[in-house]
Amino acid sequence: MAASVLPTPDKPAAPRAGAGKLGWLVPAIVTGGLVPAVVLAARAARGDLGANPIAEAMNQLGLLALVLLVLSLAATPLQIVTAWKWPIRIRKSLGLLGFFYVCAHFLVYAVVDQSLALRAIVEDITKRPFILVGFAGFVLLLPLAATSTARALKWMGFARWKRLHRLAYVVAILGVVHFVMRVKKDVTEPALYGAVLAGLFLIRIMNWARERGDKRG
Amino acid sequence: MRRLPTPPPSSEITPEARYLRRREILKSAGLFVGTAAAMGTGLVALTGRGRRATITAEPLPADLVVPPASAVPAAPSGSAAARNPFTTDEPRTPYEDVTTYNNYYELGLDKEDPARNAKTLKPRPWTVVFEGEIKKPQRVDIETLLKWFPLEERVYRMRCVETWSMVIPWLGFPLGKLLERLEPTSRAKYVAFSTLMDPEQLPFQLTDVLEWPYREGLRLDEAMHPLTMLAAGLYGKSLPGQNGAPLRLVVPWKYGFKGIKSIVRIALVEKEPQTSWNMAAPREYGFYANVNPDVAHPRWSQAMERRIGDVEKRPTLPFNGYAEEVASLYAGMDLRMSY
Repeated sequence: MAASVLPTPDKPAAPRAGAGKLGWLVPAIVTGGLVPAVVLAARAARGDLGANPIAEAMNQLGLLALVLLVLSLAATPLQIVTAWKWPIRIRKSLGLLGFFYVCAHFLVYAVVDQSLALRAIVEDITKRPFILVGFAGFVLLLPLAATSTARALKWMGFARWKRLHRLAYVVAILGVVHFVMRVKKDVTEPALYGAVLAGLFLIRIMNWARERGDKRG
Repeated sequence: MRRLPTPPPSSEITPEARYLRRREILKSAGLFVGTAAAMGTGLVALTGRGRRATITAEPLPADLVVPPASAVPAAPSGSAAARNPFTTDEPRTPYEDVTTYNNYYELGLDKEDPARNAKTLKPRPWTVVFEGEIKKPQRVDIETLLKWFPLEERVYRMRCVETWSMVIPWLGFPLGKLLERLEPTSRAKYVAFSTLMDPEQLPFQLTDVLEWPYREGLRLDEAMHPLTMLAAGLYGKSLPGQNGAPLRLVVPWKYGFKGIKSIVRIALVEKEPQTSWNMAAPREYGFYANVNPDVAHPRWSQAMERRIGDVEKRPTLPFNGYAEEVASLYAGMDLRMSY
């Protein structure tokens, strides 16, 4: 067809150096990642969260946290498989968004659901594995969030920083376990997240094995 | 010869670099908005549950006799000011909440699902089978059954094992009256109930979340207790499907899951019958399932409950506040073991 001989207009002369070109990406991910929080707040204010709005808010926030943590963990495997560079650029934002929702989830539990009744909260954490697992995930995320800056990375050294941040996998697994323990009977949905997580982990292991093989030549 | 338009002065021509950058900024802005919108809608779709269903209430069949409120049984003893366990004066949970926040796994696992999916459940025609250790085994059409006894309105607290609670005005009759009519034999020790088994009407019976049909049971003395009722309506209207149309059990001092819905079979038996949640998770759900703030569920405390509509929790009462009426049924039993 004639169209094929037309010059393609969407190839700009020379792309500008890496940094600026995807400058919109991280702000877009952060903005999009905060949309569910705004929607949830608006629905809560309108009384549109059903008969048990507190339980509904906790469920949504918990699920958002898990989804974003899994997305953050998907960045490296996606880069391994596709060789794209952009997934790594949004990995940290996704992780911090996940942390934001974990905090919101915990705060709704502690402040609204338990009315800051410290004894009841401590009893929940110490006596009930379901709560303990979720709480452990929250606590393990704290050092990761605290060392998410470039300065912290420099201060720790890349090797140590990387080792610490492998905890992200532990946190996501704890998140899935917490979810499995929460549902009364049907584990389909948490199992789905577990399967995604296992797939991501498998890609990393295969890549690691291949790299080792390459080194040995 | 035609004249060409005057070219603009060179000072007004956008430098090429800036022109290209403007395009790039616009493109970036577009990508920003598109990506943020995709991310936002994707997350909301994945994690935000839908709206609740709108409920249209079915009036009771016109020929059913509903006595005036004065016919509700009075307090068993004492002065007029004595508490009436059959009608609590606590504020009633709004009809919309009672009919859109349900656990009825045969119609979906989320709280709003049963209301949305209840259309498939057809409460007429409906037959209930009475069998087992009774002198008059029979099958009865629901219309006939509901005319055997006058319907009474009773306002009960309902405490779910998941730590939320409601106050619901039920319409029904005491189970004990029905059992008397069926004449249990001397061997009858328990009552076993079953829900309709029909995946076309209850589509989630195609999944193996629980062993279907849903089964529940009571000890005979529990079943004969005047507080125990079979309900056919709530708020003066027919039971909506999601609340267990056309006939369900209500045992106000036990956790809500004992209140088996859409009953098709009631059998009197000698041995403790199997019950669905006990079969699924015996450590979490016992046969008795009496509301007990002192026995925690393995995953949460049962000491407090949230009344639907409230923000702050309130303490849960032993036997859901009906201890005066029913505690004697369990004299001598260790309720920590028989939970």
